[in-house]
Amino acid sequence: MSAASFIPPPPAILFAALGDPTRLELIARLGNGMPQSIAQIGETLPMTRQAVTKHLDVLHRAGLIDRHRRGREVQIALRRQAIEEARNWLNQIDAQWDETLARLKALVEQP
Amino acid sequence: MSDSIVKTIAIDAPVERVWAALTDHAKFGQWFQVEIDQSFVAGLPSTGRMTYPGFEDMPWEAQIVAIEPMTRFVYKWPATGGDKTAVETAIPAQEWTTVEFILVPSPGGTSLTVTESGFDAIAEPRRTNVMRSNDGGWAEQLRNIKAYVGG
Repeated sequence: MSAASFIPPPPAILFAALGDPTRLELIARLGNGMPQSIAQIGETLPMTRQAVTKHLDVLHRAGLIDRHRRGREVQIALRRQAIEEARNWLNQIDAQWDETLARLKALVEQP
Repeated sequence: MSDSIVKTIAIDAPVERVWAALTDHAKFGQWFQVEIDQSFVAGLPSTGRMTYPGFEDMPWEAQIVAIEPMTRFVYKWPATGGDKTAVETAIPAQEWTTVEFILVPSPGGTSLTVTESGFDAIAEPRRTNVMRSNDGGWAEQLRNIKAYVGG
């Protein structure tokens, strides 16, 4: 366990929000950082606008997106901070395992 | 299928030796850098403390899930894995993740794969997949949103 691990992980609600392929697709569509309307973001998805909105609600509750009203439309944008936080934490866990496994390998390979 | 972190490493030693290093709690402690109080037994908790320099007072706790000789070793542990603040302020039960080691004999010795999963431990009903991202699970996806987050 490396020192880098001793940082609280993002809440499980964030990862739970990500653990759905439709929501993952929505996040991918927002990945360029540009705000989009619900209609734009849900284009070509085989579900009702209502279903898209429900997914967006989950993402919003998890802190992954911002919603701003622009005239009659709601604009959705990715929250950079939440994505970075989740990514950084995953990278740390990943790096920890690399280090830990390297120690296992070194020990086991000793003659 | 839950999303996870998966690492595979080639070890130049026979499966039996790698197995011992995983499932003998004293040997496990040497490379994991933890001092464990008791043998690993499937279905029973594991307790101890970290020996990693600077974090010697941090507790180790896990629940051993499966010990399938020479093949599979599984335990669950808190996702925070030793968050000092959480421990000191006694924040109760965080989410637990599952760690699974799989051993496969290989020409060079042993191929060891570790999978850590269950980060999204809050129960949320899974919806039927009508879209499946080609990028794989969220862990991969997060790593791929590079351009936007400037990583």
